[in-house]
Amino acid sequence: MLLRHLVTASSLALIVAGPALAENTLRWTSQGDALTLDPHSQNEAPTIAMNGQMYESLVTRDADLLLQPELAESWTPGPDGWTFNLRKGVKFHDGSDFTAEDVAFSFERASHEASDYKEQIKSIASIEIIDDYTIKFTTDGENPILPNQLTSLYIMDKGWSEANNVVVPQDYKAQEENYAVRNANGTGPFILESRAPDEQTVLTRNPDWWGNGMFPGNVDRIEYRPISNAATRVAALLSGEVDFVLDPPLQDLKRIEATDGLSVKTAAQIRSIFFGMDQGVDKLRTSDAENNPFKDSRVREAMNLAIDRDAIKRVVMEDLAFPTSMITSPGVLGNTPENDPPVTHDVAKAKELLAEAGYPEGFTVRLDCPNDRYNNDEKICQAAVSMYAKVGVTVNLDALPKSQHFPKIQKRESDFYMLGWGVPTLDSHYVFSYLLDSSGSWNAAGYNNARVDELTAAMATELDLEKRTSMIDEAWTLVQADMPYVPIHHQVLAWGLASTVDIPIAADDAFRPRFAVMN
Amino acid sequence: MVSFILKRLAQSLLVMAIVSAVSFSLFNFVGDPVNNMVGQDATREQRVEIRQQLGLDDPILTQYVRFIGNMTKGEFGLSYRIKRPVDDLILERLPATIELVFVSAIISLFFGIVLGIYTGIKRNSWVSRVILSTSLAGVSLPTFVIGIGLIYVFAVHLRWLPSSGRGGTIDLGWWKTSLLTVDGWRAIILPSITLSLFQLTLILRLVRAEMLEVMRTDFIKFARARGLSEKAINFRHALRNTLVPVITIIGLNIGGLIAFSVVTETVFQWPGTGLMFIQAVGFVDVPIMAAYLVFVALLFVIINLVVDILYFVIDPRIRLGG
Repeated sequence: MLLRHLVTASSLALIVAGPALAENTLRWTSQGDALTLDPHSQNEAPTIAMNGQMYESLVTRDADLLLQPELAESWTPGPDGWTFNLRKGVKFHDGSDFTAEDVAFSFERASHEASDYKEQIKSIASIEIIDDYTIKFTTDGENPILPNQLTSLYIMDKGWSEANNVVVPQDYKAQEENYAVRNANGTGPFILESRAPDEQTVLTRNPDWWGNGMFPGNVDRIEYRPISNAATRVAALLSGEVDFVLDPPLQDLKRIEATDGLSVKTAAQIRSIFFGMDQGVDKLRTSDAENNPFKDSRVREAMNLAIDRDAIKRVVMEDLAFPTSMITSPGVLGNTPENDPPVTHDVAKAKELLAEAGYPEGFTVRLDCPNDRYNNDEKICQAAVSMYAKVGVTVNLDALPKSQHFPKIQKRESDFYMLGWGVPTLDSHYVFSYLLDSSGSWNAAGYNNARVDELTAAMATELDLEKRTSMIDEAWTLVQADMPYVPIHHQVLAWGLASTVDIPIAADDAFRPRFAVMN
Repeated sequence: MVSFILKRLAQSLLVMAIVSAVSFSLFNFVGDPVNNMVGQDATREQRVEIRQQLGLDDPILTQYVRFIGNMTKGEFGLSYRIKRPVDDLILERLPATIELVFVSAIISLFFGIVLGIYTGIKRNSWVSRVILSTSLAGVSLPTFVIGIGLIYVFAVHLRWLPSSGRGGTIDLGWWKTSLLTVDGWRAIILPSITLSLFQLTLILRLVRAEMLEVMRTDFIKFARARGLSEKAINFRHALRNTLVPVITIIGLNIGGLIAFSVVTETVFQWPGTGLMFIQAVGFVDVPIMAAYLVFVALLFVIINLVVDILYFVIDPRIRLGG
């Protein structure tokens, strides 16, 4: 009995040690493992990034975030929807052929009740298979940005899903775990070899991948180990146990940079950090003011002028931030130099505006802030408290873990709160519809501008690119004048790498192994 | 004897009920899981719907009764975070924790007793003083700091041992072990030392104090007068008499080791139940938190019960009194 185990042990050790010598094995880590391998179950960045190594979507983004064909070779808009021409000769990892039927199946699966993607594709009214390699999505009204919304909508094999009884995503109400949670059968560049959630996931190169030879990547094997503790994660990189850390803490970057054989890459992230001021209620809940000071645009301007964004960048962020006067990042359609002018900081003018608005002595308000969500989130809020004190506004800070912070925003219980917003579609409509439209689900600022609502609705269906861009421009001009939010900065993301590895860093913080080169 | 055990069992059940009720009521303050469960583009209606489906808006008492009801049926539900059955998850992670606790217990027992005897017998030597003052660090430094310190010395600078993870594991079908591979042993050294330090110090000080106590008693003096060798006196007579309280403490502390492996497991990314619990707290994964707390309560209850029964067997006074 024991002998047999020992034999298994040594042969296992051989299997593990063997290929590592001959092949390019990339070992990497990050804080959180993918929650599930079911591609439609969780709309969460680490899950999308992990599944994107095994599964593919019709349209994808490269490291510069430009749209690129993946399982679709081309796509064309029509008056009532979009037609996609699919790639021919693609096979799933189990050997079955990829056809339009799999696409139709996957979209149906993704629009199921238990899917976390149903919102993203709700504009699709019907799907029509024209032939094996052509599929048409009829949209409910025109949708100019449908391809942008499909980049993390992965395609599953219909036959495999039926055989394994996973035609719908995992449901919370179920008592059983479904097969797709820990098994994967995609068309992507890497095949799942083994998965122990929160321990280790091993992927190997797909020798039959359609893209072999078309991309610079030369990784044969990927070993991923999540390490939740930041100090331990950095230690694993410093000790040479991993080649790549996706999310080293900002304060350790200098140390990584100073270590022989290691380097740091940084990039502006598509995520903007800002404060929301509830201007929708008649009286603030946490303020001594009689009415709601945030209803007055002079107060909102003063709240903006009081913040010294450059000081936050220098002192709090170790220079890893891009101060901004806009709540969406460069790279998103609509962020132009005119709409995102250099930041201003003017304590005297802020005081003046507050006095004009009837608050010469300032007022008090509570600032709700997360302490485990964004880079240095709590410290930014602490800095803001002292900056507001200088203009006479007494801010009481309430910093809480994200699971307690975000419900306050969702339930509209906060007067003044920190929020960060990323834009997966890279289009301003995403920002308007959630944060600025009067019925937006994250518009806890209660911002209400009829013209902005009108433009938001119009840009959702305008196909003429030029007209649409000018609508976006007009809407931003209105918003920048109303100042419903206090933008702070765009986040910077940083990766720690061994110098033997070169991976292009991307603003969406996703690891794209097809571009990873090892030497 | 039977009535004694039955009485104890009834008390244990009561303790379990209270512990689970208290921990369940705490979940109200951990936050709202729904935000972690859906993407940022979920509508408010969808969020409300999920809350209703999961019964999160029900009064805490209703939720508790439902939880107990399901538990008695053997249903612990599905983890909100990774959507897998909770009992599977706990059983899957338990071997890692048990192996870590086992190795830590051996380390703390062995070094605790050996060093305790040494410092008890040679209480004035400089070696004893060094041991005692370093052991102070063991009780006063937080586990987190000890763990990170060991990682930086042995993994980053000397590169002798891995910084995290479990190394090579072998699946025996019913038990996934890391104690059959060299990599696995290399990986368990640092976390088990980290976890054992506090217990080691405790045992060391307890054994030393007991040794000093026993050495002063009359029967040791008589043993000396009888001309027994120092070795026989120290080990056969003195040590034996110190072990009774030590065993009690060890029994209780093994439960503690399992429950408090949370920090060590987090620092070393040790894939056991403690790490799972911490991740569950971050996500407000109520089914996992509830099941884990009930599990830990059960563990303590069982250990206490066993200790009580052992007392009953060992100490005739309890037998007569009960």
